[in-house]
Amino acid sequence: MSIQTSEVLGHFGQYGGRFVPEALIAALDELEAAHNAAKSDPIFQAELAELHRTYTGRPSIITEAKRFAEHAGGARILLKREDLNHTGSHKINNVLGQALLTKKMGKKRIIAETGAGQHGVAAATAAALLGLECVVYMGEEDTRRQSLNVARMKLLGAEVVPVTSGSRTLKDAINEAMRDWVTNVATTHYMLGTVAGPHPFPTMVRDFHKIIGEEAREQVIALTGKLPDAVLACIGGGSNAIGIFHAFIPDAGVRLIGLEAGGDGVETGRHAATITGGSAGVLHGTRSYVLQDANGQTVESHSISAGLDYPGVGPEHAYLHDIGRAEYRAVNDDAAMAAFALLCRTEGIIPAIETAHALAGALVIGNELGPDATLLINLSGRGDKDVQTAAQYFGIPL
Amino acid sequence: MSTPLDAVFQKVRSENRAALIAYIPAGFPSQSGCAKAITALAAAGVDAIEIGYPYSDPVMDGPTIQEAAEISIKGGTNAADVFSALKTATNAGVAAVVMTYWNPIEKYGLDAFAKSIVENGGSGVITPDLTIEESDRWLEATTKHGINPIYVVAPSTADARLAQVVAKTGGFVYAASVMGVTGARTDIPVDASALVARVKNATELPVSVGLGVSTREQAKHVAAYADGVIVGSAFIKLLLNSKSEQEGLDAITALAKELALGVREGR
Repeated sequence: MSIQTSEVLGHFGQYGGRFVPEALIAALDELEAAHNAAKSDPIFQAELAELHRTYTGRPSIITEAKRFAEHAGGARILLKREDLNHTGSHKINNVLGQALLTKKMGKKRIIAETGAGQHGVAAATAAALLGLECVVYMGEEDTRRQSLNVARMKLLGAEVVPVTSGSRTLKDAINEAMRDWVTNVATTHYMLGTVAGPHPFPTMVRDFHKIIGEEAREQVIALTGKLPDAVLACIGGGSNAIGIFHAFIPDAGVRLIGLEAGGDGVETGRHAATITGGSAGVLHGTRSYVLQDANGQTVESHSISAGLDYPGVGPEHAYLHDIGRAEYRAVNDDAAMAAFALLCRTEGIIPAIETAHALAGALVIGNELGPDATLLINLSGRGDKDVQTAAQYFGIPL
Repeated sequence: MSTPLDAVFQKVRSENRAALIAYIPAGFPSQSGCAKAITALAAAGVDAIEIGYPYSDPVMDGPTIQEAAEISIKGGTNAADVFSALKTATNAGVAAVVMTYWNPIEKYGLDAFAKSIVENGGSGVITPDLTIEESDRWLEATTKHGINPIYVVAPSTADARLAQVVAKTGGFVYAASVMGVTGARTDIPVDASALVARVKNATELPVSVGLGVSTREQAKHVAAYADGVIVGSAFIKLLLNSKSEQEGLDAITALAKELALGVREGR
């Protein structure tokens, strides 16, 4: 099976593209050129690889989750430990790449949006490391849900701007970041945190994350002598998922399964399962699946996980869904939290609540595929930031 | 094919002045209040009106238009209300266009949207987040229905690209005076003359300047070199800050009259 994996002029089939004010086109062109030059620049690549080796902690390891697997139909469960990266999630892969590009473009200020705060912390970290000014936009609602990460960003020297417009969550933080960018584009790089937004972001952010799947593919083959039967990841915007999927796209026998945030249940309307429960539309500069009403207004998403609480999704996922190369399923809050608790107690690993959606998917899919199957799961982040939410959920007094 | 908007620019050219173009979101401050505001603006000497389609994620708008859009959406404004406002404007004798982010058009259907513009007497659509690269299907619809596809250019738009954008544009070219979002800027002089000159080098089309204009003095200054002066946030601010509907209508009428003088004083 041959699959078109690379985008054509910023498009993935009918998805992707650029739906932005003309004022941003020059900056997007500049960024695209810088990214293309960096891809074939051995000095840039060596610099990034060295940072990943000595700062991020790459390659991240694979952990076999044997006790957890007993609950997943006995299937072999392999965890790609992106939670062990510096700053505690996969997000560092992207921000180091974009921070190096920012310096190459001669810009001294970065802005970023954040939902759970993982990308904001990663962006603030990269800015501190490379001496860039950093402003992070965060929905006011999320600054309350994730106050620990707000403090982390401030400790790292970033300015955190609470966004009070709209639903006061991630989507509004992106709106505000785009307004800042339109105004300050000459001096500022917008360090978008996921594989969404206008071209070249979906492609560029994927390129910085695809190292996850490249490493994991070799590691799994070395460990098991074969490819995994399925690769699983949680999906909000979709950066950790595309990161681990990408190297496996040509391996037609490997199922790629994205687990979306089902919130209270897709049927309730209170969810963030954009592919499962949304339709094709344009949001934040790209055409993809969107949660929207009959008038094309974006509908607010709901999830216990702030990092998945987004009514859009990366255009490459929309494309992989439509051509049938990847499958997308919804996992409700309760199922995610059950898997969260199970991983804590069977493996001694507290995952991010985002990641717990992928773990919940593994419990179902492991049972479907049976004990001969091997499942590779992207353990995209650690759960330190979620202790408060989880304690509340499980009734643990703080 | 010529639209009422094309006729407005022919008229102001013959009068050696700039056109005054007002922006107001549909359904703001309410459905009936919007209709009254449109009628008042037309009576006060506005040449054309842009009906805004309030959208949930207005990334190009500053706080004033964001607030108005939020009020309108909460009031339940939908596509039918947008077209109804358009009809109110054209019935009041001014040229009218819709200004909208792209997704509502995509959801409504491109051909159906263009058709509804014509059916309600509208002249065109301003699509500030539709890039020319994504425009092919839209331009088929605007051509088929004979309406003006209006694109925005910015100070950062390089000459080569500017030529490509204006080649797809009809009605007028919307020149964004500054890099940034919508909103009145009383503290800085609006100087889009360099951008307007570059646009005029590339096309015979009229060029209108938007973003930041709120006073008669600014309108006069812009009218010296541009074919149209676009004012939005300044009207909306008056409606937001007024204690009663009538007070708001009186205030926008007074401002529109001032601005109408301004666009006649520039040359």
